[in-house]
Amino acid sequence: MSPHDSRLPDHPTTAGRHIPDRLTSPAARALKSWEALLLVVAIAIFIMNAMASPWFLDPWSLSDATFNFTEKAMIAFAMAMLIVAGEIDLSVGAIIALASTVMGVAMSAGAPVPVLVLLGLGTGLACGAFNGLLVARFGLPSIVVTIGTMSLFRGISYIVLGDGAFTGYPAGFAWFGQGYVFWVVTVELVIFALAALAFGILLHRTNFGRMVYAIGNNATAARFSGIRVDRIRFILFLLTGLMSGVAAICLTSRLGSTRPSIASGFELEVVTIVVLGGVSILGGSGTIPGVVLAALVMGLVTFGLGLMNVPGIVMSIVVGALLIGVIALPRLLAMARGR
Amino acid sequence: MSLLKSREAILALAILALLGLIASRFPSFVSPRSLARVLTDTSPLILLALGQMAVILTKCIDLSVAANLALCGMVAALLNGAGVPLPLILLAVIALGAALGAFNGVLVWKLGIPSIVVTLGTMTIYRGTIFLLTGGAWVNAHQMSAAFKAFPRTVIAGLPVMAWIAVAVTAGFALLMTRTPLGRAFYAAGGNPHAAVYTGISVGRTQFLAFVLAGALAGLTGYLWVARYAVAYVDIAGGFELDVVAACVIGGIAIAGGAGTVAGCVMGALFLGIIKNALPVVGISPFWQMAISGSAILIAIAFNAASRREPGRIILKKAEARQLQEAGQ
Amino acid sequence: MQATPPAADGAPVLSLRDIVKTFPGVRALNGVRLDLFPGQVTALIGENGAGKSTIVKILTGIHQPDEGRIIVDGTETRFPTAQAAGAAGVTAIHQETVLFDEMTVAENIFIGHAPRTRWGLIDRRAMRRRAKEILAGIGADLNPAARLRDLGIASKHLVAIARALSIDARVVIMDEPTAALSHKEIAELYELVEKLKAQGKAILFISHKFDEIFRIADRWTVFRDGAFVAEGLMAEATEAGLVRMMVGRSVDQIYPKRPARIGPPALTVAGYCHPTEFEDITFTLHQGEILGFYGLVGAGRSEVMQALFGITRPSKGACRLGDQVRVIRSTAQAVAAGIVYVPEDRGRQGTVKGLPIFQNVTLPSLARTSRAGFLRLAEEFALAREYTQRLDLRAASLDQDVGLLSGGNQQKVVIAKWLATKPRIIILDEPTKGIDIGSKAAVHDFMSELAAQGLAVIMVSSEIPEVLGMSDRVIVMREGRIAAEFTGDDMTPENLVRAAVGIEGAAA
Repeated sequence: MSPHDSRLPDHPTTAGRHIPDRLTSPAARALKSWEALLLVVAIAIFIMNAMASPWFLDPWSLSDATFNFTEKAMIAFAMAMLIVAGEIDLSVGAIIALASTVMGVAMSAGAPVPVLVLLGLGTGLACGAFNGLLVARFGLPSIVVTIGTMSLFRGISYIVLGDGAFTGYPAGFAWFGQGYVFWVVTVELVIFALAALAFGILLHRTNFGRMVYAIGNNATAARFSGIRVDRIRFILFLLTGLMSGVAAICLTSRLGSTRPSIASGFELEVVTIVVLGGVSILGGSGTIPGVVLAALVMGLVTFGLGLMNVPGIVMSIVVGALLIGVIALPRLLAMARGR
Repeated sequence: MSLLKSREAILALAILALLGLIASRFPSFVSPRSLARVLTDTSPLILLALGQMAVILTKCIDLSVAANLALCGMVAALLNGAGVPLPLILLAVIALGAALGAFNGVLVWKLGIPSIVVTLGTMTIYRGTIFLLTGGAWVNAHQMSAAFKAFPRTVIAGLPVMAWIAVAVTAGFALLMTRTPLGRAFYAAGGNPHAAVYTGISVGRTQFLAFVLAGALAGLTGYLWVARYAVAYVDIAGGFELDVVAACVIGGIAIAGGAGTVAGCVMGALFLGIIKNALPVVGISPFWQMAISGSAILIAIAFNAASRREPGRIILKKAEARQLQEAGQ
Repeated sequence: MQATPPAADGAPVLSLRDIVKTFPGVRALNGVRLDLFPGQVTALIGENGAGKSTIVKILTGIHQPDEGRIIVDGTETRFPTAQAAGAAGVTAIHQETVLFDEMTVAENIFIGHAPRTRWGLIDRRAMRRRAKEILAGIGADLNPAARLRDLGIASKHLVAIARALSIDARVVIMDEPTAALSHKEIAELYELVEKLKAQGKAILFISHKFDEIFRIADRWTVFRDGAFVAEGLMAEATEAGLVRMMVGRSVDQIYPKRPARIGPPALTVAGYCHPTEFEDITFTLHQGEILGFYGLVGAGRSEVMQALFGITRPSKGACRLGDQVRVIRSTAQAVAAGIVYVPEDRGRQGTVKGLPIFQNVTLPSLARTSRAGFLRLAEEFALAREYTQRLDLRAASLDQDVGLLSGGNQQKVVIAKWLATKPRIIILDEPTKGIDIGSKAAVHDFMSELAAQGLAVIMVSSEIPEVLGMSDRVIVMREGRIAAEFTGDDMTPENLVRAAVGIEGAAA
């Protein structure tokens, strides 16, 4: 891909040789990227869905379909940064359950909507801080830590709720998960878009994002370059907790109730979106636009299969196959080419 | 000194303390019959945890074991419905489980896809396949033959066959892990993959074999589970994969690979099994179980990390001497 | 210069012909040849980066040559796996101990070929007994049941040697076998080599210590920059001749050391201790000075440097920068205080592979190139361009993945990264290990220039010519302690080696 030294012109005047900044423009790179492929896939699925079902193109049904992915995608942005940095958080579904339970307890005690929101966000942050502390401060592996906190957080919900549920959230609270900003644009969709923008800027346009990539590619060298690796890891867990809190508010508002089993299995779907979006599970590479597109693809597939009356469990086969397929296919092709 | 430093000894003490605590209020819990029931109840967890141990030793993880168990269990029930004799069913589920494990293993070995991604995908595929087979229908007790249901519950010398299988597999694993080249290869491939290559061990192949082993055990457990509870449906053992990983972590199997023992693994599973069985006895709501096992996992990882913390390279002569003395020479 | 094979011993056990091996960005071996004869020690001589470790990997089946032939007993063969090489009777004692920390000494020695019982199970009792025998045979007093992680580096090395001996080998490769051994252990190793020779084994001895080579080798082969230079009999060789072939020019030309203007103290370290790595480290570093740190591999030099850089924390001791006492708890604090560290392990600790060159260079300087935390690419490119040009970096573009560069150019990126932070103290750990001669000269040249500009430089190196050629003063470490310090005329190869291996009676 990169041409070799010999092709370069020699500049005898300077101390060292002149080295060009770039050989391929960012635009040329983007054309050949995973994101471009995902875009094509998304458009193809969109067209297939439109041809398969006459109801697909209805704005209201499309708007309804966004609920398939908005809550998960909000978390996926933060999770993408976490995975780029070489960590993972499997407790996000459990954080939603705990945050929702805390809001439910407060609601039962008569707390107003702003307090509910603050409690939801605060619980998310606290859970994220707990994970972050164990991983960044005590150096424990994130995968087992978050398997543990996954049981712990959801376990607390079960202790509080047993097989009961909180219902009867105030009317004003419904706005987050059921409201519209204008026409068919839901509140959740707007939060999704804002989160995409914020995380896109954070990962791709700031020093913080650069350090996240450095840590994901080589945490040791990042530390040897004077980067406060542990602090950045901690902040990433905090952000993931916060976004889980946001998702908890949306989901609780949309369902209008809290059960301890709320958002179970979310963590796997979030990780699937992230990996489908081209983020390497081993860390170091991936983009937010990729995750946005992956969320759209997942949403379209789920919606399209739903229109065709395919049961949910079969959809999960498709999602699982998609996850393995998109990663296996390039490797298989590379192997075939190598022969 | 060295005994106290061993993770297994501390875990054994923790289990004894737990039993003592329960026995002080509810002596009937430690009666042989009750303990035998705990062991039988925990057998599936022990079997799956041992398979998972092999996988984790090689630096991988298998999240598809519970789905594998459920699929094999359903296939066992369907075969039974079709009148296939029990020995053939046993062979079939073990082979099917091994094949499902091999599918995971091939993707990890030949395509180099991280195991967590592979098994995240296959866990949904395997469970979804049950739905495709049955259309979501249940296979209930009255649809199963008496022999099919009776086998795991047959009591031999005071213990049901199910528990005996767990005991036998544990013994087999203890031999496999410490006394065979394959067992040592699991440790080598995860402990230092770079060095393993130099000693002629293929890391990918070793990982593949660990997945096959874990899959075969999940297949066997699938039959035992369905026969014991006399019901098969899509969601059996849902989320069980996390209990399995939890048992390994509590048992001191290092998630980074290369370290851990069969004894620790089995005790990790027993620890969870005792808590699960004791909660109703001591009158605590079963809803506490999840939070308790979550806390147990966290305490176990923190403890493992503390005992494995690298003190740095050993350069000073006196540091080496001290180290060897502490290691109990 | 090609010598004829010695008469009496006849055909070689193992021959390599026209071996070519290319890695992305580097041609590691370019048509080399090598012959190993039964009962003889062949010394493979060459600088770091000459291709010695690649040839070891090819001989042990880890790497496959792109071209060329491997001939065993006159028959062409291939070593597709490590097992195949082992089956052909080739075994290696490695430079880095490639062993398993969680296993016992006996298990490490016998992994892959453990004795079995009648039932096919590993016979642990026999394994321990034989391990004990082999260890006793090399004079190593180690418990076969001890876990490897509890052993020090010298003991681990003995286990590696025992492992090589446990295989019934015909060809034994010793890759820098004495690097981490004490004087007594080295003497025992020589006896061992004599024993192996008497048994008719062919030995490939890789070392760049000439006294060793002249003492035990029968034949020599020289590689330079991945190419075969010459081979011959030790009896007909001279040290000067070998050095000339090794480096391709005479030694004094290589080290462009400028006369130093030693300034006031830049760093004073007092009584640094660590529970397992080092103790009682006390020294002063001056502005404008290049302070050399010499010692055997594993003497604790890198560990001391990493403590100074905030990677590990000393359990005792203090350090003073200029005239203020500083406690450095993290690398970020070290960089802020003007201390930077160019690590020995470039791949793991130096470069962030996967990120482009310019991003590697600006990593510790992002606060300067950004505005309010937002990246400014133009500023980053400008900074990267300035410093990579000063180091004469060769690369296709600054946007290229740093992992695609050769070792020498990667090292330049790491140095550029640190110079861009405008440090006051720069610590270079084995700065020229494994890089080509051209880059090596550039690094040395630059080091001199930096010192001349008033920077305080610490250079950790295991190459005596480099240490002597570049340093104003040399500190020698042994087993985690400072063994000696030399200046001026006392800086001789003999003094350095004597202090490093701890010759009995001296500095204990």
